[in-house]
Amino acid sequence: MVLDSIAGQFVVDRMALVVRDGGHVGMVAPVVTASISTPDTKRVEPEASGEPVETTPEELAPLYRQMLAIRRLEEASAKAYSQGKIGGFLHLIIGQEAVCVGAIASLQPDDYVVATYREHGHAYAKGVAARPILAELYGKKTGCVKGLGGSMHIFDKATNFLGGHGIVGGHVPIAAGAAMASKYRGDGRVTLCFFGEGASTIGGFAEGLALAALWKLPVVLICENNQYSMGTPMYRSLAVEDVSLRALAHGMPRDRFDGDDVVKVKRRIAEAVERARSTGEPTLVEVVTYRFRGHSMSDPGLYRTKDEVDEWKRRDPLSRCRQRLLDIGFPEPDLTALEADVKAEIEDAVKFAEDSPPADEYRAYVVKE
Amino acid sequence: MAVISYREALNQAMREEMERDANVFIMGEEVGHYNGAYKVTQGLLQRFSERRVIDAPIAEMGFAGIGVGAAMVGLRPIIEFMTFNFSLVAIDQIVNNAAKIFQMSGGQYNVPIVFRGPSGPAVQVSSQHSQALESFYAHVPGLKVVLPSTALDAKGLLKSAIRDDNPVVFMEGETLYNTTWEVPDEGIEHLTPIGKADIKRPGKDITLIAWSKMVWTCFDAAKVLAEQGIEVEIVDPRTLRPLDVETLAESVRKTGRCVIVEVGWPVAGFGAEVAYQMQKHCMDFLDAPIERVTSEDVPMPYAKNLEDEVQPQVKDVVAAVRRALYLE
Repeated sequence: MVLDSIAGQFVVDRMALVVRDGGHVGMVAPVVTASISTPDTKRVEPEASGEPVETTPEELAPLYRQMLAIRRLEEASAKAYSQGKIGGFLHLIIGQEAVCVGAIASLQPDDYVVATYREHGHAYAKGVAARPILAELYGKKTGCVKGLGGSMHIFDKATNFLGGHGIVGGHVPIAAGAAMASKYRGDGRVTLCFFGEGASTIGGFAEGLALAALWKLPVVLICENNQYSMGTPMYRSLAVEDVSLRALAHGMPRDRFDGDDVVKVKRRIAEAVERARSTGEPTLVEVVTYRFRGHSMSDPGLYRTKDEVDEWKRRDPLSRCRQRLLDIGFPEPDLTALEADVKAEIEDAVKFAEDSPPADEYRAYVVKE
Repeated sequence: MAVISYREALNQAMREEMERDANVFIMGEEVGHYNGAYKVTQGLLQRFSERRVIDAPIAEMGFAGIGVGAAMVGLRPIIEFMTFNFSLVAIDQIVNNAAKIFQMSGGQYNVPIVFRGPSGPAVQVSSQHSQALESFYAHVPGLKVVLPSTALDAKGLLKSAIRDDNPVVFMEGETLYNTTWEVPDEGIEHLTPIGKADIKRPGKDITLIAWSKMVWTCFDAAKVLAEQGIEVEIVDPRTLRPLDVETLAESVRKTGRCVIVEVGWPVAGFGAEVAYQMQKHCMDFLDAPIERVTSEDVPMPYAKNLEDEVQPQVKDVVAAVRRALYLE
């Protein structure tokens, strides 16, 4: 997209951009409003959306099942962590499940996913079973990466899940690289890259974004904006609290919406995926969401008020999805059966992880012979 | 056999490997239309098109990472750093991603990538553009670190690096591009194994261990010492990781004396590791303490006289050899 065509849309696409009067760290600074135009601002909804997106029980039930399994998997992990059975860092995605589940549901099986260290849910949604995920967290030989990576480094070649990355933003160029390989080969695959709004300030994100736009790489960059980079709220880390605006400087399409409704996430990401697949064009998508727990298990989250957390818990994408299923006629007995099935699956995974032998190999995969 | 330059040898290596394997591509700043800042990629764009010879903007972290991602899914990128000084802004991709992903993924994803470009002190470009960084990379498990000293090694090692299934940090001597050596003709398969040291000059009195441009300094020192009746053996490890300890140690056991010459800084320089390995494997054969010759422990100055003064010179190598022979 050339600059002129962006400028051409300045007239029709206008949005209010919230700009804080600079530099008042730790306080809510006066807000001024400026106008900015974008090549793709047809929908920008930072608040919770109203009407749920049209769907069917056939579509929604599997999405609900995945979200529930991820919630239960995370809860089981938290429990094991508190028992000392899982070590290191453990970053839970509870509250954000609709984003990874909805987004990955828009993919074909051999598309690629690249994620952060808060990635158990993404791996599960991509098709990695609860057993090897949990076994990895336990540091067992049967873990997805044989106890060598732990919570932050789930990889699974069988499902094209490319990690599990622990350096904030450092994986954005990797995702662009997988997309570059797809373009090089013409294999028609699309890569999804997940990161938090905290990654938007680091160089890896900036360079990955710039190169994806320059070379028209078929990647969808998904900012899971959970509003806190560790303990720092956006107003203390971002001059402009809208990460999707970064797309404008690169002439890249963007989208921004809330992550409460899993079907909405699926539909909107599907548009970007389709654009990437058919035109090779990348998209920067920002999904506003919220994590119910701290940044990691060691974080009690004292930087947020109870009221704020409670407010977001009322918007819980999981319970919202469950209610929606019932509203559109999914039979309650079937729902009970589905939930019992998830419970059994996670209990089985816990048992599998507990019973698995410890990791025993650390030399075999340093250098490929 | 033809006598060709180090630059031409590298160019041939990439051309041959790109002909052989359609998954090999090159990406970096000015590698295509400009024909390479140091002309190492001359003519490759015309031969292989923009699809495989990709000019990148100034974004080392970005394009190094793109290389890592592409390598994870089966391509074989050659990432050119205009100089290795600029690899420092991409070091997260090299150290945290390329070097770790094979192990971190439990052996599922290997990263067959070459990071290459000029390295080591250049000529009067001051401290940010003139430094030897091989000790940084040699420290990291998961990487292979290669520093060819001659055109012959440059060609054979680069071809091996491109075929290697692991990330290879391939550090070319910035001042070696115009040096020449006899190299098998183009089209004749010439592969030099990674991890194998080479005796560059046989001798009986003392072992000089040196790599990259210090091999040439040692050649000059050998001539001076030969006139004094001292025959030095020059052993070039060629790759610092993995290090061919056995070939080095065999030479030291034969001569009983060892001087390690490196153009990097002394503190935590790779020569210290070599010295440790040699004393460990050759203790009963050593007739003198192992000597190290390094650059001075300072950022590189600009002025020519100072630049020469801080780097190992022939006289410094000669003096170290004479010390190790108890001649001073």
